[in-house]
Amino acid sequence: MSPHDGPHDHGSEEHGPHPNQPDLEDAPLGYYPAMAEAIAELLVEKGVFTADDLRATIDAMASRTPALGGTLVARAWVDPAFKRRLIADSKPAAAELGIDTGPAPILVMENTDALHNVVVCTLCSCYPVFLLGKSPDWYKSRNYRSRVVRNPRAVLAEFGTIVEEGREVRVHDSTADMRYMVLPRRPTGTDGWSEEDLAEIVTRDCLVGVTEPRV
Amino acid sequence: MSAPAYPPGARVRVVERFPPGHIRTPHYCRGRVGRVERLCGRFPNPEKLAYGRGTDDVRALYRVRFRQRELWPDYAGPAEDTVEIEIYEHWLEDAS
Repeated sequence: MSPHDGPHDHGSEEHGPHPNQPDLEDAPLGYYPAMAEAIAELLVEKGVFTADDLRATIDAMASRTPALGGTLVARAWVDPAFKRRLIADSKPAAAELGIDTGPAPILVMENTDALHNVVVCTLCSCYPVFLLGKSPDWYKSRNYRSRVVRNPRAVLAEFGTIVEEGREVRVHDSTADMRYMVLPRRPTGTDGWSEEDLAEIVTRDCLVGVTEPRV
Repeated sequence: MSAPAYPPGARVRVVERFPPGHIRTPHYCRGRVGRVERLCGRFPNPEKLAYGRGTDDVRALYRVRFRQRELWPDYAGPAEDTVEIEIYEHWLEDAS
């Protein structure tokens, strides 16, 4: 038996140290990444913005998380007038809570006992970054993008979400200038909960519409 | 600027053409009939914006609701299931 036949052969002297994780620079720099870096350098060189502006913007975008969306949903659950304002025009409603929805209009789609909403961008990977932070890898995958628009109930079932017959499934294809956030149903068993506790059960996946909040 | 051509509820057909370039109208809805859900506003035509040809050409943008079975005739789910897609006015024609 050679040293590599056994499943737990870590003691073998032939087993060298683990290879290092490759550095980013070990892969060739592609055409578009090279162009993006060149343009960023030129804009800094020409004084359009500073390197610190660029860093701060990336930092601000990276610091956004689905908790912002969760905060809006929790307020909408406890305040019906706020919910109406949020659905009518999310930007001023979110501003009431000090939340900036960003440059793209965000449409809030309310789940009901008759309707389940789910969001996709079939053309690329448009996503409400300002309210949800960076999108998950599956959202950008061709698998999700091509299948959820064609067979949404099966894709939702893969996420563990079974939508009853009689409840419409509505897929929102984020093809142009709008972005979408789902306003899920408030689960039973949450009477009397604080907004903070309610916000915690509103996960990123609930806000995209691939699952529903659970207690 | 002309008034938006289609009110909410209007039956519209997505133009069935396949020009090259940066087009924000998915192939799967071209030639299909749906109803206008709302006017989203007016936005620069992405077919020019994508090539640095300016933001002056502003187009009305609609959300159009389609029955799944209109888009995918073999759709296996319930007849009431729908897809809503943002489509610019120059990609729509009257289907009333």
